[in-house]
Amino acid sequence: MSSVAVTTTINGDEVEFLCQSEETLLDVLRDRLGMTGTKEGCGTGDCGACSVIVDDRLVCSCLVLGAEAEGSRIETIEGMASGDTLHPLQTKFLEHAALQCGVCTPGFLLAAKDLLEKNPDPTEEEIRFGLAGNLCRCTGYDKIVRAVQDAASEMKGA
Amino acid sequence: MHYARPSSIEEATRLLAEAKGNAFVLAGGSDLLVGMKSGFVEPDLIVDIKTIGGLGEIEKSEEGFRIGAAVPCSVMGESSDLKKAWPGVVEAANLIGSKQVQGRCTIVGNLCNASPAADSVPALVAAGAKAVVAGPGNRRTIAIEDVTTGPGKTSLGKGEIIEAVLLGNRPARSADAYLRFIPRTEMDIAVVSAGVNLTLDGAGVVQTARVALGAVAPTVLLVAGAAEAIIGTKLDDEALDKLRAACSAACRPIDDKRGTVHFRKKVAGVLAERAAKIAYERAGEE
Repeated sequence: MSSVAVTTTINGDEVEFLCQSEETLLDVLRDRLGMTGTKEGCGTGDCGACSVIVDDRLVCSCLVLGAEAEGSRIETIEGMASGDTLHPLQTKFLEHAALQCGVCTPGFLLAAKDLLEKNPDPTEEEIRFGLAGNLCRCTGYDKIVRAVQDAASEMKGA
Repeated sequence: MHYARPSSIEEATRLLAEAKGNAFVLAGGSDLLVGMKSGFVEPDLIVDIKTIGGLGEIEKSEEGFRIGAAVPCSVMGESSDLKKAWPGVVEAANLIGSKQVQGRCTIVGNLCNASPAADSVPALVAAGAKAVVAGPGNRRTIAIEDVTTGPGKTSLGKGEIIEAVLLGNRPARSADAYLRFIPRTEMDIAVVSAGVNLTLDGAGVVQTARVALGAVAPTVLLVAGAAEAIIGTKLDDEALDKLRAACSAACRPIDDKRGTVHFRKKVAGVLAERAAKIAYERAGEE
């Protein structure tokens, strides 16, 4: 067992932490930094609940070691709203009731944010493919797709 | 466990060569971390190669492309030059996993994980790609088909790392294609797969071809007879019949819940034919 000292940027703030070398970024976020917005589903990269954005790439934080975060720029669900103002995707998820139990929601929101940043006007098919790495066992996906479509048109108009 | 982040390939190979116990290379981690989580692997040392200069880049030169071992598959998909020259390799690399996995996984990782069903490997073998292997004090370049020796096994020695994959320059009217069969529409493991790479002459006659099959043997198969079946033809029905027969005959698949031997043999031929037609069409478009 050896500890690793890591300096990274999370949601714009410089953060330092110590972690075990085999610890995942997901465990660091939740258990060391108290950022429990990022959820653990499968822990093996299949469900997308732990999605975060590292250096502009959407990744599963369960498949990243905490030690690998050294010098990187991480975005988590905690950084999505600006103060009390929700991100348009968050607002539209609420309006369309695009969540039930909510465990998959932070991952879906970050995946949708990443998708719209790279493709501001996606087709329904592109949304479904873009979000295929995120599993939801409650909604049946349709409401999520509608919410993302609605958010995309609002963000284009903004 | 110790986590190391060397800044040079020499340091990385030395660490791996001197390691006691289980040492693993970490690039994207999409196989390694899953293995650790599920208890299949217990590393004593992990050597993260992502901070080694040049390994995260796709370099284009007069000889072709050099894809560094730490280049995520999503970055390959964003390279228009690479996509234009090697559309089959890129489409195979971009079939691996979800967007989250795409942002991390690498073709070298896919190769070294040595799954018979690896998506990028048949496309790389068909492309005639090479692997640059760095070891303590030496460097060698080997054909992709010489890397894997069986499920989960490679020919790499202790301390050796594949630092890059090389794809050659293309003569005019060349293209490749990759197809796989999965029971879902995406995010699944190939039941059978086929990569075809070919070059046409000005009249549309196949001059050179390579045909590779995945998930139908312990390692990816390069099927010489299938290539011979289409060389000198314009992919007429007779040539395609021979291509399918050569592919089916070359398969040595297992029977499992994802596909029977009979099914895999038949589908190998069907996919190779379809991939050949796609590659032919792409080559003719230039």
